[in-house]
Amino acid sequence: MIKLLINGKARALDVPDDMPLLYALRDILGLTGTKFGCGMALCGACTIHVDGQPVRSCVMPVSAAAGKRLTTIEAVGATPAGKRAQDAWLELQVAQCGYCQSGQIMAAAALLAHTPQPTDEEIDAAMSGNICRCGTYPRIRAAIKRAAGKP
Amino acid sequence: MSEFSRRDFVKVGAGGLALGFFLPRLASAAAPRSFAPNAFLRIDDRGQVTITVPRVEMGQGTYTSLPMLIAEELEVELATIALEHAPASDELYKDPALGEQITGGSLAIRGAFDRMRQAGAVARTMLITAAAAAWRVAPSACKAERGTVTSGKRTLSYGQLVGRAAALPVPADVALKPPADWKLIGTPARRLDAAIKGDGRAIYGIDVRVPGMKYAAVAACPVLGGTLASVDAKTALAIPGVRRVVQLDNAVAVIADNTWLARRGLQALVIRWDGGANAEFSTAKFAQDLEAASRKPGLVAQKIGDAPGALARAGTRIEAVYHLPFLAHAPMEPLNCTVELGPNGCDIWTGTQSPARARASSAKILGLPVERVRIHNQYLGGGFGRRLEIDYVEQAVRFAKQVTGPVKYVWSREEDIQQDIPRPAYVNRLSAALGADGMPIAWTHRMTGAAVMARFFPALVKDGIDLDAVDCAVDMPYAIPNVLVDYVRHEPPFQVGNWRGVGPTHNVVVVESFLDELAHAARKDPVAYRRALLGKSPRALAVLDLAAAKAGWGTPLPPRAGRGVSVQAAFGTFISQIAEVVVAADGTIKVTRVVCAVDCGRIVNPDTVRAQMEGGIVFALSALMWGKITFEHGRVVESNFHDYRVVRMDEAPPIEVHLITSSEAPGGIGEPGTAALGPAVLNAIFAATGKRLRALPIEAAR
Repeated sequence: MIKLLINGKARALDVPDDMPLLYALRDILGLTGTKFGCGMALCGACTIHVDGQPVRSCVMPVSAAAGKRLTTIEAVGATPAGKRAQDAWLELQVAQCGYCQSGQIMAAAALLAHTPQPTDEEIDAAMSGNICRCGTYPRIRAAIKRAAGKP
Repeated sequence: MSEFSRRDFVKVGAGGLALGFFLPRLASAAAPRSFAPNAFLRIDDRGQVTITVPRVEMGQGTYTSLPMLIAEELEVELATIALEHAPASDELYKDPALGEQITGGSLAIRGAFDRMRQAGAVARTMLITAAAAAWRVAPSACKAERGTVTSGKRTLSYGQLVGRAAALPVPADVALKPPADWKLIGTPARRLDAAIKGDGRAIYGIDVRVPGMKYAAVAACPVLGGTLASVDAKTALAIPGVRRVVQLDNAVAVIADNTWLARRGLQALVIRWDGGANAEFSTAKFAQDLEAASRKPGLVAQKIGDAPGALARAGTRIEAVYHLPFLAHAPMEPLNCTVELGPNGCDIWTGTQSPARARASSAKILGLPVERVRIHNQYLGGGFGRRLEIDYVEQAVRFAKQVTGPVKYVWSREEDIQQDIPRPAYVNRLSAALGADGMPIAWTHRMTGAAVMARFFPALVKDGIDLDAVDCAVDMPYAIPNVLVDYVRHEPPFQVGNWRGVGPTHNVVVVESFLDELAHAARKDPVAYRRALLGKSPRALAVLDLAAAKAGWGTPLPPRAGRGVSVQAAFGTFISQIAEVVVAADGTIKVTRVVCAVDCGRIVNPDTVRAQMEGGIVFALSALMWGKITFEHGRVVESNFHDYRVVRMDEAPPIEVHLITSSEAPGGIGEPGTAALGPAVLNAIFAATGKRLRALPIEAAR
């Protein structure tokens, strides 16, 4: 049994130690907001927060998360930065197909939590690991600035 | 029905909605009385309006723009509407132009504009008739507004009227509101799916959870057209939680308690493939064959005047050959399909652009009547043409024939890229003659490549010519007196498919680049050159002028920077794009700005038009910069986003979209933004460097 703290709740999982968090979240816990995109930490669709840091859950074994505080897209709205990001995403109508947006919002929320007023370069650095095939990047950039209170 | 699906189906408050994977109202024993005058909408006795959307939502905004059309005439608040994925039915949900239930061809609004408004207006008319009868007044004395009918001081809500309205005959045709009275059409509206796509609630095919479901990882023969020779499953089956290994003639699946175990099981298989006839196929060899094929005359797709004669007599003659690669779609959601085959038939949960095809083919595979196959469509995590194909559904259904209980079959990213049905490679040979004034007097264009429609939609092949393959190579907006366009069909030995922008995407890049070559040869400005040829295409001219003005065409740029232009008439929409690029000292190319002017006729949701232009441009840029699928020994070399590179945040240019107000018939918007970018960028690179790139992708050609 591996004990995890997910979205404020203690959960005990009977899964192999090396199972990446992504599959534990999606298949075992039913938290399907976190997405599978590449399985190699190349696309960012599976981004969650581990102790507040953005992590690619498709390559992080559950054992490495034991005892750590995990937040997924389903609960990130309870954090101030997550709420700001979600609100800005709505205001600027970022989502198209929406599949990557959980990961985008998680990456943006982590950026905003640590860097409340990010520059364009900081946005590039924080967000370039997250692929969007619908091409919503211009709106993601604008939404992060909106969430940061910039025009 | 599971607790999960029931809970998740129920509509949430204003502005939000959730979609599950059943049709709960049909399944519920205590269904409320409701009024459903057609297959697109129903109103229950609480006044809840539910719209069954006939086109799928894969990002292009149909789940907002189509409800807007109904809500406009029905007189209800857009944000209060609940949405439902349409079940498979050509009869109820076909696209009028295609005659099939397909979401593609940038046709959704064009097919829905009148039909959805009629659907809403019929319901409104019947609700008014019902209220008028109840009050014994003339219908003309009643008014529908915000989900109610009023007459003087009397008001009845739609919910109160459903019983009476449902008893009335459905009128065949009713009057639509004049455009001057529109409250929704033409005004930016928030997407109805925006909230659930921002907090994890939106359910895609890959998210479907059915009670008792197992998870499968899949591998098909890496050589397209090859077969499975043998599988040793001993090690895989020894993994606790791995349940079954099932085989098809060309694929194998490992079924397990969760995705991770299924993936581990698949890795543990010892598989021997038989590549068959394609085992030595390579793109290098195919390129030679394609090139050779392009030297022979093709079937004439368009002939104006006598282009060969004019060329033979011409003083200035220009020739060029353009090469375009195979492309993968790589939607963010890898292909997947969940199937449960039981005594009551077959349930299929997936995201498909072609639900009726998926149902018909699955029924055939299973030997079931189509009525016993139920497609539960979901949000699509990108389509781009890949989910027009039903191969991943057929594969899952074939596996399901050997399995008891529901199983979710999920392709890895590698499988998604290597088992794609790629956009074909093309070779284009062009020549032109210029008159004394530098303007073209003759133009020939021979395009050589596969006929996607011969397999996918044979009605679009006329006299041997794939009308999509030559789209935008023929009927150019430019006035050129002698034109000859011919088409040589040359197929690779595997299926090729539709890719966002289809024919226009591979033809506009060629036509608009070559036109730039002519302008350069004539020593004329590319915008002025186009303007001079667009006298008979006022809408094309207008978008060109708008783009040029907004981009500041002609204003100075820094050294090693350049501006390029394109003009396009495709999918019933006119677009001009101007791209700016900067070429670094090491030759690295960065697109720094794109200006896009659009005339798509009547606009339903202006914000969606903008979003589709932005997205189409970024999608095009990925392919333009890096996109190519390479075959060696019959196998696709590229496998994931490290070697099938796509645009990332730091590479996405600022994009400015300018819309022209128009009362012309609506045009398509999902694809044209993609088709128009390529030549604008290639022409900008030429402007910056003097180097003309005639092969894609840019990073392989520069």
